Amino acid sequence: MNHRQFALATLGVSALLASTILMGAEPVKIAFVYVSPVGDAGWTFQHDQGRKQMEADMKGAVTTKFIENVPEGADAERIIRQLAQDGNRIIFTTSFGYMNQTAKVAVAFPNATFFHATGYKTGANLGIYNARFYEGRYLNGVIAGKMTKTNLAGYVAAFPIPEVMQGINAFTRGMRSVNPKAEVRVIWVNSWFDPGKEREAAMTLISQGADMITHHTDSTAVVQAAEEKHKEKGTWSFSYHSDMTKYGPTSQLSGTTHIWGDFYTKIVKEVLDKKWTGTNLWGGLKDGMIKLAPMNPAVPADVKSYVQKLQADAATGKFHPFAGPVVDQEGKERVPKGKNMTDAEMGAMNYYVKGVASTLPKS
Amino acid sequence: MWLKFEQRAEPSKVISYLSPLLAVGLMFLSGMILFLILGKSPVEGFKVFFLYPLKDSYGVAELFLKATPLMLCAVGLSVGFKANVWNIGAEGQLLIGALVGGGLALHFDGSNSLFLLPSMILAGALGGMIWAAIPAYLRTRFNANEILTSLMLVYIAELVVSWLVHGPWKDPDGFNFPQTKLLSAQATLPILLAGTRVNTALVIALGALVAGWIFMNKSFMGYQMKVAGQAEQAGRYAGFSAKRSVWIGMLAGGAMAGVAGIAEVAGPIGQITEHISPGYGFAAMIVAFVGRLSPIGIFFSSLLMALLYMGGEQAQQYLALPSSISKVFQGMLLFFLLGSDVFINFRPRLVRRRK
Repeated sequence: MNHRQFALATLGVSALLASTILMGAEPVKIAFVYVSPVGDAGWTFQHDQGRKQMEADMKGAVTTKFIENVPEGADAERIIRQLAQDGNRIIFTTSFGYMNQTAKVAVAFPNATFFHATGYKTGANLGIYNARFYEGRYLNGVIAGKMTKTNLAGYVAAFPIPEVMQGINAFTRGMRSVNPKAEVRVIWVNSWFDPGKEREAAMTLISQGADMITHHTDSTAVVQAAEEKHKEKGTWSFSYHSDMTKYGPTSQLSGTTHIWGDFYTKIVKEVLDKKWTGTNLWGGLKDGMIKLAPMNPAVPADVKSYVQKLQADAATGKFHPFAGPVVDQEGKERVPKGKNMTDAEMGAMNYYVKGVASTLPKS
Repeated sequence: MWLKFEQRAEPSKVISYLSPLLAVGLMFLSGMILFLILGKSPVEGFKVFFLYPLKDSYGVAELFLKATPLMLCAVGLSVGFKANVWNIGAEGQLLIGALVGGGLALHFDGSNSLFLLPSMILAGALGGMIWAAIPAYLRTRFNANEILTSLMLVYIAELVVSWLVHGPWKDPDGFNFPQTKLLSAQATLPILLAGTRVNTALVIALGALVAGWIFMNKSFMGYQMKVAGQAEQAGRYAGFSAKRSVWIGMLAGGAMAGVAGIAEVAGPIGQITEHISPGYGFAAMIVAFVGRLSPIGIFFSSLLMALLYMGGEQAQQYLALPSSISKVFQGMLLFFLLGSDVFINFRPRLVRRRK
C-alpha cells in the first residue's frame, strides 16, 4: 500500500465511520429484479422510476440496485438468491414469472423481506402488490367515446390474461358510457414487447377505421403509429404504463400510467421500522398507484372536467368501472344491476363485455 | 510488407485445437478493453465476471445446472453438424420435448410409479425427435433446406407452448395465469447435492457426451457421417446413404434437445411456462463449434458458455453494467472463433511487396 492508497483507505474508513455514526447504521440494501431492460418507457421503466423515487425519499437510509432483463425461467431463482445472499434486506421482483422462484427463496431467507408484483403467493416474509389499471382505462375510454368520429377504437393487446381483459373491458365500458354506438376492436400480438408487430397491429386497426387507439404492450410503437397517421386519418392515442407524450406530442390524448414510488417508499419504511405485517395490495387511483397521463389540449374542457369528476369518484369508491349491470358479448349478465364486480370475479375475467367487436381466440 | 494467406496443403490439426483457445484468449482480452472503455477496472471486471460466479459451492453447482441443457443440445447437434446437417431448430425441439415429457407428467399427476421419471425423459427425447423429423423428412423427400425449415419450426413450437399454457393446460387454480400446475415431487428430477439445484440431468448429459463420443469415434455409422461431412462425393462413392445421415443427424439433435427441455421442466422450473428456455437451443450452436464438435470440447465449452451467462448477472449486480454484456461476450467468442478458424486452412505469411 503506497501513501496515496493509504490516504484513500483512511479517508474511506473514516467516511464510513462518520456515516455509520450519523445514520445510526449502514444504509439498508434493497434490490429490484426487472424482466426487461429499463429503457425509456414501459412496465420496467415505471418500476425503475419508483425505485429512484423511493431511494430519494429514503435518502441515506437505503441503497438500491437492480438487475434487468432477468429471464422468467430457471435463472431468476439464482439471481434472487444471490441478491438475498449478498445482504439485500428487501427484494422486489417485478414480473409475474418470478412468483415460484421468489416464494422458494423467501423460505430460505427468513430475515429478508420479499415483494412480488402481480402474483398470488404470499408468505411470512413475502408480500404481493399490483395496481387497478382498469380504473384508468375506463377514464381513457370516456375521453375516447367523447372524441371519436368513427365510433371505433382499436386496442393492441399482448395476452388474454385477466389483467389485460380488465383493461379492454373497462375501456369499452367507459367509451360506451358516453357513446353507446362506439365499438372496440382488439388485435392480439402474443408478445409483451414486439415493436414491429405492435406497429403493424396499430396500422391495421387504423386502416379499419379506428380513430382512437391504445395498447397493452410494452413499447411506444402504437403511440408512434397514431402520431404518424394523425394528420391523414385524425388518429388519437392513449398510452399505457408510461406517459408517452414524447412519442405522440400531438396525438396522445391521455393514458394510464403506473406510479410505484409512493408505494415503495411506504412499504420500505414499514419494513425498516419493523411495522410490516404483510402486504396483499391491489391499489388503484385511491392509493395513487395509477394516474392519468396529462390530457391533451385537444380534449374539450367539459370532457376534461367530467373525467376529473369521475376520477375523484373512482378514488373515493363512489364509482366502480364494473358496476352492474355488466353484460358480456353474448348478452349474458355477469353482474346484476346495483352490484359491483368483486375482486375475485375480476381476477377470473376471461370474456369480452358488450361493445367489443372482436371475438376472443378460442383455446 | 504484405500479409498474405496461403492455402495449406492439409488443414492443420494443431490449429484446429488451438483456435478455440485463441478465441477464448482474444475474448478475455477484448473483454478487458471493453471494461476499460466502460470505465471499470479490467482486473475487477475480470474478477466479477469470471470468478465471482464460482465463489462458493452453490455457484459451482449453478454453473453445472446452467451448462446441462447446453451440453445436451450441443452434443446432439454436433452429430448432425459433423455430417453437414444444419439443424438450427434445437430451440424448438427443446420446447416440444418439454411439452411431451411435461404433458406425460401432468397426465399421470400424482402417480408414484418409479417409471414416471424415466418415461418422461424418453417422452422428452421422442418429442424432440418428432419435431426434428419434420425438417428431416422435408429435406430427404423434397430437398427442402433444413436450415430454414428447422428454424421456422422454432417459432411454431413457441406458439404451441403459448397456446397450451394459455389454454388447455392452464393450471385451473392459477388465477388464469399462463402456466401449468407445478409437477409433483415424483415427477421432479432428484437433486445431486443438497442445498443446490444441480440434478440428475447432469448425469444424463455426461452420459450423452460419452455416448456421443463412442458413436462418432467407434461406430461405423459415425464414421460414415464424418465422411459424408468431409467429402460428400467420397461418401456417396463408398455407398454411404446421404439420406440416412440427414435422418440420424436431425434425430440425434432433436432427441438431445428434447431431453434438455424436459430436464428443465422437471428440474429447476418445475412446471411448463412460456419461459422454459432463454435460448439454449441457439447458444448450443456456439457451444458445439467452440467445442470443435467433439464431446470433450463440448463439455468445456458448455461450462464456459454457462459462465458467460452467469458472469453477465454478476456484472450487473456488482459493476452496474447492462445485461447485454453477456451477449457481447458470447458474440465475441463466436466471432473470434470463426476468425481464428481461417488459420486451419490458411497460413499467414509476410511477403515483400513487388515494385
